[in-house]
Amino acid sequence: MSAPVTTRVDDPPAVTALRSKDLLGIADLTPEEISLILDTAEAMKEVGERPIKKVPALRGKTVVNLFFEPSTRTRTSFEIAEKRLSADTLNIAVASSSVVKGETLADTALNLEAMRPDMIVLRHSSSGACHLLSRICRSAIINAGDGMHEHPTQALLDAFTIRERKKRLAGLKVAIIGDLLHSRVLRSNIHLLTRMGSDVWVCGPPTLIPADIARFGVRATSVIDEAVADADVIMLLRVQLERMEGSFFPSLREYFSVFGMTEARLARARPDAIIMHPGPMNRGVEIASEVADGPYSVILEQVANGVAVRMAVLYLLSGGASDEAAA
Amino acid sequence: MPVVMDADRIGRTLTRIAHEILERNRAVDDLALVGVRTRGDHLARRLAKSLREITGHEVPTGALDITLYRDDLMRQSVGPQPLVRRTEIPFSIDGKRILLVDDVLYTGRTTRAALDALIDFGRPSAIQLIVLVDRGHRELPIKADYVGKNLPTSSEESVQVYLQESDGRDEVVLQGGAA
Repeated sequence: MSAPVTTRVDDPPAVTALRSKDLLGIADLTPEEISLILDTAEAMKEVGERPIKKVPALRGKTVVNLFFEPSTRTRTSFEIAEKRLSADTLNIAVASSSVVKGETLADTALNLEAMRPDMIVLRHSSSGACHLLSRICRSAIINAGDGMHEHPTQALLDAFTIRERKKRLAGLKVAIIGDLLHSRVLRSNIHLLTRMGSDVWVCGPPTLIPADIARFGVRATSVIDEAVADADVIMLLRVQLERMEGSFFPSLREYFSVFGMTEARLARARPDAIIMHPGPMNRGVEIASEVADGPYSVILEQVANGVAVRMAVLYLLSGGASDEAAA
Repeated sequence: MPVVMDADRIGRTLTRIAHEILERNRAVDDLALVGVRTRGDHLARRLAKSLREITGHEVPTGALDITLYRDDLMRQSVGPQPLVRRTEIPFSIDGKRILLVDDVLYTGRTTRAALDALIDFGRPSAIQLIVLVDRGHRELPIKADYVGKNLPTSSEESVQVYLQESDGRDEVVLQGGAA
């Protein structure tokens, strides 16, 4: 596991640029690159608090938001981030694209590429779709969620929110509870949090715990009280019924009674614990309403921070890759 | 490497500029200092301290990061982006006389970016420019209102300002060139 990285804003950063032209997953990032993105996001957050919430940094850049899966939060968040940086944006949703006429992902991408966009933000139901685009496109590719693989900007905004509240990531106990098997948010969060020195616990029904998950340096359990005990951060994951073929647990009501986050269960966590959820929430399934709306919930802060984190990623990738990063 | 200003000289220069500010702007209650990160920020805080010592009045002070307004940001085809730091202006600049502070005035491009950034925060009644060193070679029609030291340089030389807060010492050094 890597050394914990401290985060004083005025220290010179360990790195000043990202090594890759794309953001495909957290797995490709070093702790120093993660810190650079989070530090840059702090500056970007201030832009969103100004009377004129717009800076000219990405003037003349074109960003395509290519979404093959429904998304409101992530797509809106990217679009606001792009507009705050003065980029020209266009949104392509699957229902209105030539995909319904049978075009392949690669052909769609190559046709878009011919119009010379600078960046493509891609969400797709297939794991690895972004890697395919990265190989065939000159544009910078930003993964906005690919299948059950990664959702890097979600993990980055989660880390940003934790860091803002707890002033650090290293040494925190983070319990991630819910549908572990189908969650790309989980995979990105495990990569990020273990890399930054957090103590990560994952919890869910045995049928929804991926085999071999301990290989990633996390503790797995199906006993929720064990995961929650003395946790600093509790992150709940949505039960993704749309990705389930077959039945993984008897009923939603039973799921809630065994794994739902209630105030009684929360009492075992540290008194200053925070509750997180990447959304969309199923109230009464993975989370009780009084917890979702309670004082320890930072769920809406996560949404707000998402814009700042995505601005940071767009800005850092807009200069292209830097093999020998010069200041 | 010739030292063109030492700690003592920098201190006296800032005190002199503080007096000049008061001479030009009789009332202090609508003044505010904004330093361009990072060394202009340190200088702005020192000027705020001087003004407090002279008048007993606290002049609001902020820090401005101009990176996102740089005119060379999207010009180079490929290359890492410069680091962005947080802008902190914890007061409304509407109707205020803004004293914009930077360490070195050179091409004027940083000042141009700072003016654009400031205008996005509101509509000040005036903006005046304070620099510790004016080294010439302007590329834009920009002129400082308060100058610590006019320093004729060649464009091969570079002027480094070191300040206690970030560098552990107060010194202005002229480097390079055909020495």
